[in-house]
Amino acid sequence: MKFTINGRSYEAEADIRTSVLDLLREHVGLTGSKKGCDHGQCGACTVLINGRRVNSCLTLAVMHQDDEITTIEGLGTPDDLHPLQAAFVAHDGYQCGYCTPGQICSAVGMLDEAKKGWPSHVSADLEHSDLSDAEISERMSGNICRCAAYPNIVDAIREVAGRAPAGRDVAGADA
Amino acid sequence: MKTFTYEKATSAEAAVADTAATTRFIAGGTNLLDLMKLQVETPEKLVDISRLPLAEIEDMDDGGLRIGALVPNSDLAADSRVIERYEVLSRALLAGASGQLRNKATTGGNLLQRTRCYYFYDTSTPCNKRERGTGCSAIGGFNRILAVLGTSDQCIATHPSDMAVAMRALDATIVTLKHDGDKRRLSIHDFYRLPGDTPDIETVLEPGELITHVELPAPPQGARQLYSKVRDRASYAFALVSVAGVVAVEDGKIASAALAFGGLGPMPWRDAAVEAALVGKVPSDDGFAAAADALLKGAQGFGSNDFKIPLARRTLIACLRDLTGE
Repeated sequence: MKFTINGRSYEAEADIRTSVLDLLREHVGLTGSKKGCDHGQCGACTVLINGRRVNSCLTLAVMHQDDEITTIEGLGTPDDLHPLQAAFVAHDGYQCGYCTPGQICSAVGMLDEAKKGWPSHVSADLEHSDLSDAEISERMSGNICRCAAYPNIVDAIREVAGRAPAGRDVAGADA
Repeated sequence: MKTFTYEKATSAEAAVADTAATTRFIAGGTNLLDLMKLQVETPEKLVDISRLPLAEIEDMDDGGLRIGALVPNSDLAADSRVIERYEVLSRALLAGASGQLRNKATTGGNLLQRTRCYYFYDTSTPCNKRERGTGCSAIGGFNRILAVLGTSDQCIATHPSDMAVAMRALDATIVTLKHDGDKRRLSIHDFYRLPGDTPDIETVLEPGELITHVELPAPPQGARQLYSKVRDRASYAFALVSVAGVVAVEDGKIASAALAFGGLGPMPWRDAAVEAALVGKVPSDDGFAAAADALLKGAQGFGSNDFKIPLARRTLIACLRDLTGE
């Protein structure tokens, strides 16, 4: 099977049952994408396929040979971080870090959806929604962080979205 | 996961060629692959329909909308025509799953989602839906999330979709292509089957039959639309109770009402008696209570889901206040 991952071509001999996640981790050595639940419930495996965020554990590699797959390794490098990677560092948007690659890939896809004007469950007006903290939380609800770094994850995403921080009731919660 | 053969369909006609009971279509795959990992589903062959040209949303001459079966849930929710004319559908879609899943899950696949009954997923326990005749573990077991309407002594599973509940309130038509090349147009009201003695058979689809489109008639003029979902978490959880409502008030009286319910039954639930209790009446809490009585007349709890009966009553009444209030 042939794939395009982070702009590079790969060939892999893989069982027909192989998920995109297992392809990345077990066949092409891109271990940034993480296996949490393997059932689409936690979001740790989130990657971008043709720019859209999806759970890589819940889709077959064989179905994505003609697509552009982007993983956390394709977003930035240690010397040249993606703005969201830099913001997660600046705002301490993680603790153990296991969910972070999925959080960041998901946030990249989410910000693109918001830019296209897609509404969310918490949008009062489906035609116009600004990226409030409630919007960010709702739109990121497919990514679980068991360390509960959520406030700092929202801070990081808000910064990249270009919004000023909202007032916080909890003293010291801001990074 | 059991292994399978894989075939990429080149056309809808080619996709329906195989009528074997062990063949499955795959598009988004978000539910099917999950079930295959657990060996709840063990297809011998997957027919990949994901690249068929069925991902368009088109206006129809009568003011309705024709939705390709492969339109992803997220695109459907964000479509400006859906937002403008079928807000209940957009709201229902946005209330379901996560951003990642909505990007993958398709319109046709969403209609065919399987129940999230714990026992259906647990292959170490009997389940009539998974394997006919083995028994129901949910009756007498943990059934908090399960059905109170339309159940049988064989199965009390709920249908998990939010989208399908809105589509039932909107009188959707499901267009299919059959194995013999004939097209069928099925009202969503006739599409799902009650569990009875065969809870493993959930729809009237025949072997090999493929959903190609869903059509929505023009929405009723002047109607207010709402989707209300009660669940255990604020986001990313299945409905305990949900209500899709399309209600019009004219001259102080309810002129039309379409109400469908999620989380209560084995299919997206709609009951003409609920609407009959409302239409022609001046909106009032007494009238709303009568509608709730009509909905829940035959409701039966199974212990840990008893709470759904009063919850459904309160949710319906709250929705009707919102749909008819100033």
